[in-house]
Amino acid sequence: MFEYLNKRQKLPSLASYRSLSPLARREMRNGLFFLSPWLVGFLAFTLLPTLATLLFSFLNRKVTDPVLSAPQFAGLSNYKQLLTDPQIWSTGGTPGSLWITIMFAAIALPVGILFPLGIAVLMNNPNLKGQNIFRTLFYMPYIVPFVAAIYLWLGMLNPASGWINRILAWLGVANADLPLWQNGTSLLTGVYPAYVIIGIWGLGNAMLIFLSGLQGVPTELYDAAKVDGANAWQTFRNITFPMISPVIFYNLVLGLVQLFQYFQLPLVINQGNGLPGGWTMFYNLYLYRTFFTYQNMGYGSSMAWFLFLVVLLVTIILFSTAKYWVYYAGESR
Amino acid sequence: MAKTLTQSVQQDTSTALLNKSRIRRLSKGINITFVTVLTTAVLVIYLAPFLFMVFTSLKTPTQIAQLGSPIWPAKPATFDYKGATIDVYKVPISTCAGANPNDKSIKNLAAVKKGRQETTFVNPADVAAGEFTCKVSWRALDRPWSWAPQWANYSDVVKALDFPKLMWNTSYYAIMTEIGVLISCTLVAYGFARFRFPGRDFLFTLLISTIFLPAFVTLIPTYYVFQKIGWVGTWLPLIVPAFFANAYDVFLLRQFFMTLPRELDEAAMMDGASPFRILWSIIIPQSYPVLVAVTVFHIVFAWNDYFGPLIYLSTNRQAWPISVALPIFNGLYSTAPQLIQAGALMAMVLPLILFFVAQRFFIQGIVITGVDK
Repeated sequence: MFEYLNKRQKLPSLASYRSLSPLARREMRNGLFFLSPWLVGFLAFTLLPTLATLLFSFLNRKVTDPVLSAPQFAGLSNYKQLLTDPQIWSTGGTPGSLWITIMFAAIALPVGILFPLGIAVLMNNPNLKGQNIFRTLFYMPYIVPFVAAIYLWLGMLNPASGWINRILAWLGVANADLPLWQNGTSLLTGVYPAYVIIGIWGLGNAMLIFLSGLQGVPTELYDAAKVDGANAWQTFRNITFPMISPVIFYNLVLGLVQLFQYFQLPLVINQGNGLPGGWTMFYNLYLYRTFFTYQNMGYGSSMAWFLFLVVLLVTIILFSTAKYWVYYAGESR
Repeated sequence: MAKTLTQSVQQDTSTALLNKSRIRRLSKGINITFVTVLTTAVLVIYLAPFLFMVFTSLKTPTQIAQLGSPIWPAKPATFDYKGATIDVYKVPISTCAGANPNDKSIKNLAAVKKGRQETTFVNPADVAAGEFTCKVSWRALDRPWSWAPQWANYSDVVKALDFPKLMWNTSYYAIMTEIGVLISCTLVAYGFARFRFPGRDFLFTLLISTIFLPAFVTLIPTYYVFQKIGWVGTWLPLIVPAFFANAYDVFLLRQFFMTLPRELDEAAMMDGASPFRILWSIIIPQSYPVLVAVTVFHIVFAWNDYFGPLIYLSTNRQAWPISVALPIFNGLYSTAPQLIQAGALMAMVLPLILFFVAQRFFIQGIVITGVDK
């Protein structure tokens, strides 16, 4: 899906429309007619709201204010507040929501790439019997409503009665050392790994995309590598990785964009109260509370635009690295 | 002499080759077993939480609270004896009257008369042998567990959650938005796939870029306006935007439409068919697989959607879909894990059935969005 974005597209100009033949003009009118549902929707639900958010970010406005009330300009004060807000930036040992978001992404993103890739490699093994059944069953948990999955996993992770701790106890872990999971703050056995574990059922999509990427690698390449005497690592490094780099790129970009907006899981689990000890106050959760709980639309808007700029920056950086490591077969055509 | 030597050498190499191919076949068999067993083990661990959910949903609260109780739904064993239900215990046989004192075995016996010094038992497996006493305190004995699923947990959840209403609301949301998605995305995808004009590729890039836009950037003014025009608390903010196409489904449909041969379109155009006519009579009849994929994707999306219904419908109890009701139910019944697990299971049954029915289309659709250009 993203290969398309790596190619620069030209903006249409009025001159190009004038230069069209009558037939081509009719084709353009027909085409735009069929695009019109999206064009209208894009204006009404994407472009205008985005600009309105930008406008609101310079106003003092509550959700309760009437639409046509006289705007109270706040100048840059919302952004000034944003740049010094201790809820966003870490101060004196208390982690801010932006740092929490980045820290969690640093834990969750590698799992979100390596786990589905590992399963896909396992399923792509020519020695595996019944690949289709495995594919269906490994994908299945992705279908489960995420709210239902959360409660199921909270049961699994319950420190006293959950299966995970029961297995740990059975393996000889002392009762006092059993992980607290969602009530703990340890980076290894606390709330972040618990959230990563809960999220593991949401990786079915990435798994399938990796699998089809692996299946798309021509077998002649592997045969050639074998003839040349390449070992397993060399084969992976020089054949598998470049050939599946587009799907890695796809999952990496989508995963990162989603992790920057991570907040629904803590919202369901503890109504977004940040427990334990503010460790789950993700940036987007703080934004949710600013807007919906405290009804502060002006500040919420500036937070939303700030997030937009951060995500934009990260995607631009990722896309600009693509030419160094993402290989699109047949792109030299 | 020389001839026989060559012959025997040939024979040797051929048996060696035979052995080699046998070894190769054997090692391939070992590889197949190893990989398949390993993958199955990973799968079992990956899906084990389903079993946890089913087991927990069928337990009694007493069993959940009791440490060391079995992981499967069970209750302490009982036995019906002379019109009464009496408890069964694990009794060391050596303590019983008339037993061999060196007998180390333990039997499941039903206690007829409980006592501190000695207890009167009857053997449920051999009632005819009559009652007998053993020199044990019944308090010191463990009880065996017997399989006892609590199906009533499910009817409790149905009553507590008003389940039919939730199912209806969720289905209503899924079907209404489905209609919007199918109509709008098909039109837009057709526009992108079959018409050439300046700026088309730019617009398509713009469409795909909307995937990266953080939801709150557009949500804040949209929510504000919906609230002012009185739409919050109604279905409208969820249903109306579905009629204006979305990036994923348009991409999926466009990719499929691009693979259809243009010859039929052109022939129809020569015969004077309008673009609508071509879409309806030529493109759509060839596109059932992708239309099914979009339909199923969207139903699953709507069924699982939490945030949209939460912000627009949480004030209107009558309109709650299952995803909004489940957290509130869990807040009320946080001390009853068996009901929470039963509720979670009931929420996932329909999407899972749909998935198994349509999984072929499903998997194709995901592959297109992830792997296509």
